[in-house]
Amino acid sequence: MLIAVLSGFGFSLAAIWIARIGRLRGWLFALLPLILTLYFLSFTPAIIAGEVITASYTWVPSLDVQLAFNLDGLSWLFALLVSSIGTFIFIYAGAYMADEPLVGRFYAYILIFMASMLGLVLADNLITLFIFWELTSFSSYLLIGFNHKDDAARKAALQALLITSGGGLALMAGLILLGLAGNSFEISTLVAGGGVAEHPLYVPILLLILTGAFTKSAQVPFHFWLPGAMTAPSPVSAYLHSATMVKAGIYLLARLTPVLGGTDLWHLLLPAVGGLTMLVGAYLSLRQVDLKRILAYSTISSLGSLVFLLGLDTPLAAQAAIVYLVAHSMYKGALFLIAGIIEHETGTRDVTALGGLARIMPAVTLAAGFASLSMAGIPPFFGFVSKELLYETTLGLQDTAVLFTTLAVIVNMIMVAAAVLVFVRPFTGAIVETPQTPHAVPLGLWLGPLALGTGGLAAGLLLSQVGSTFIAPAVSAILAEPIEVNLALWHGINPMLILSIVTVLGGLVVYRYRHVYERISSRLDTSERWGPAQWYERGLDAVLMLGQLQTRILQHGYLRVYLLTINLVVISLVGITLVTRYDFAGQLPSTDLHFHEAVTAVIIAVAMIYVLFARSRLAAVVALGVVGYGIALIFVFFGAPDLAMTQFAIETLTVILMVLILYRLPSFANFSSRGQRTRDAVVALSVGALITTLVLISTTIVQPSLLTPFFAENSVTEAQGRNIVNVIIVDFRGLDTMGEITVLSIAALGVYTLLRLRTPSQRKVDLTAAVETGEIAEKGKSEEAEGVQ
Amino acid sequence: MVIVLAFLTGGLYACGLYMMMRRSIVKLIMGLALLSYATNLLIFTVGGLTRAAPPLVPEGETVPPVPFADPVPQALILTAIVIGFGVLAFAVVLIEQTHRSVGTDDSNNLRGIEGES
Repeated sequence: MLIAVLSGFGFSLAAIWIARIGRLRGWLFALLPLILTLYFLSFTPAIIAGEVITASYTWVPSLDVQLAFNLDGLSWLFALLVSSIGTFIFIYAGAYMADEPLVGRFYAYILIFMASMLGLVLADNLITLFIFWELTSFSSYLLIGFNHKDDAARKAALQALLITSGGGLALMAGLILLGLAGNSFEISTLVAGGGVAEHPLYVPILLLILTGAFTKSAQVPFHFWLPGAMTAPSPVSAYLHSATMVKAGIYLLARLTPVLGGTDLWHLLLPAVGGLTMLVGAYLSLRQVDLKRILAYSTISSLGSLVFLLGLDTPLAAQAAIVYLVAHSMYKGALFLIAGIIEHETGTRDVTALGGLARIMPAVTLAAGFASLSMAGIPPFFGFVSKELLYETTLGLQDTAVLFTTLAVIVNMIMVAAAVLVFVRPFTGAIVETPQTPHAVPLGLWLGPLALGTGGLAAGLLLSQVGSTFIAPAVSAILAEPIEVNLALWHGINPMLILSIVTVLGGLVVYRYRHVYERISSRLDTSERWGPAQWYERGLDAVLMLGQLQTRILQHGYLRVYLLTINLVVISLVGITLVTRYDFAGQLPSTDLHFHEAVTAVIIAVAMIYVLFARSRLAAVVALGVVGYGIALIFVFFGAPDLAMTQFAIETLTVILMVLILYRLPSFANFSSRGQRTRDAVVALSVGALITTLVLISTTIVQPSLLTPFFAENSVTEAQGRNIVNVIIVDFRGLDTMGEITVLSIAALGVYTLLRLRTPSQRKVDLTAAVETGEIAEKGKSEEAEGVQ
Repeated sequence: MVIVLAFLTGGLYACGLYMMMRRSIVKLIMGLALLSYATNLLIFTVGGLTRAAPPLVPEGETVPPVPFADPVPQALILTAIVIGFGVLAFAVVLIEQTHRSVGTDDSNNLRGIEGES
């Protein structure tokens, strides 16, 4: 099972090369999902028998994360949908993107998506599930933005990513809390254990997980990313944004129903949000003229119905949800593919600019007819069954039967009108002039939609087998108990049938008078100004503004203010620690002082103070040199002749370099006010005092070195050198010295490049001087590198 | 002497930081130089001062005669001196070039010039 999940990732790496084979690439790529479909179908007897197939691989043992997969009825149904619809999508995409140069990249992305989606529905571990969940968001981002030169596509991709991964963050928090509350990260254990609903953390867990599921499944008020995502190529819209990925939230809710469901909050939130989404999606769908946007909004409406049904969590509602889900995946996937064909062939997706396509593309028309009939809920199509079950569920509600039945009827009427709209306008009537002249549609394009459309018909005709094979195991998995499913087309004359007839007739009326609908609805509509999409825009702007603001405060670019901040922080942190934690014993280091040492120290002190007040640059450089030579003398006094020699050499070089370069810089200027100088002096003196204190304290703590004896003993025997300092540098720590020489060479290159860099006007004037100083700097580098050795 | 050096180190740090906080970019270089002296002296002092002989092994021996100065801080400082010079040289040239390109020695006026010259 691991191979089944991960094969998609593997193939995505090779996709760019496989795509080179030319026209047949779509069929070739489709082999993988086809094999997966057959693989999952091979489990059919076991699944019907109620078995659960598990497979577990250790992944991150230290965090107790297992790559645990669990194939039960629900996972199996989703895995079948993902792989079987994937097969048709892959064939379709081969023909749809025949002339697309980046088709290899497209297949790589969509393979990643397919593998992630399989991983998501099969995962038994919450963390594994979350990782696959995020991978689907990520691949969706890549696929929506596939036409990366299109500004709108990039924007839509970012929007979808921000919304779904924002929900993903909430989901992660919710899943971790759930794992802690339920004492296990394995879903199967959580389902068996129970007790999460009584846990004090139940409310935050539920709210967080619902946020994740609602963003992914485009529930109000997060729905607006889905129509935006229609900038993706049509196979992506069909696959990700109607048939599979947007159902991930539905899957999660169904999966966790036994763990989180059954509470008042669950019964309140899911039907409320789902019901609202149903209505908003349906209402907006009929206001569109773009074929894909009509379908996108009706998808939102369907997703709302699914959330609504899962929120009721009765056996009948679960059954209705699963039937609806399967029916919707088939007809909506088909319709999106057909929208893609229409755009591909005619160059437009505007339903008002289309007509008479039935004569040009008969196979596509047949597929569109099947899909639309299923969407409208006409018997014997599978969509009819799902609508009957929906009505049966709402009629069976106790207090809210009237409310929700009315809602469902209104929504379904609009859906019928939308189904009529997407079929009648493009395909019937006279042939309309379009931007491109449509040709005969190749097999690769019409096969997928026709198969999916026919699937809706076949499922309706073979209803009882479909019910017991596919629906019953999934429903049993949702409710965590065996459920009998008896589906039938004909139940006699009952309220559901009457409602269905009313719905279809009402839908036709809505379609006939959709101009009136349009006029009323546009007057009611305030979502242009106050819709959630606008809040998203405003939120995004606010985040960018906040970023600019804090950059201006923290990253202002004034070096001395940075220094001031750093120094103040160091003083306060170290100072406070010293005062509160350190016990001053009054102990001081030895006070013996030789006369020549005292004289040197006084010279250094005078020179360094002179640097501060020097008016001329040359004098300051000389004073700096005095400080350096003075320190070299101190090295001599305290047994460090190597240091002294290096310091003398480097000091000489420094003075020469400074004199040569500084004369080209302006003389000292006082830019700051007296107050600023005083403030800086106080801060600098405090740091100095802090350092003095630290030195005094640390020199009283005498600790025998562990390194010194080692180097002293091994210098001659191991490294054959008598100067221990040199031996350390070139032998024991030879690699460090290598690194240091590299740093110096890079610095030398930098110096050289900077000196050669000239603004055009200055080039001639400075040429001679530049060559001179450049050479000197270079020479200095090589000498000092030798000095180390 | 340790006490004297402790104050000298503190003083060098104070002077160096004060110079670096000036707006004149020429003073910035001076401050940088003082700061690297200060750091070398800090390591030297904290590493343990001794007026003993340098850490050299005489001919015919395998260990240096005790007492000898600790070679470990010396090796560190040797590296620090050389790297310090590299940094200083780079900074000097960079600032000289900046001054030439921008025409100011006031670091306040250096803001927002990216992409102009």
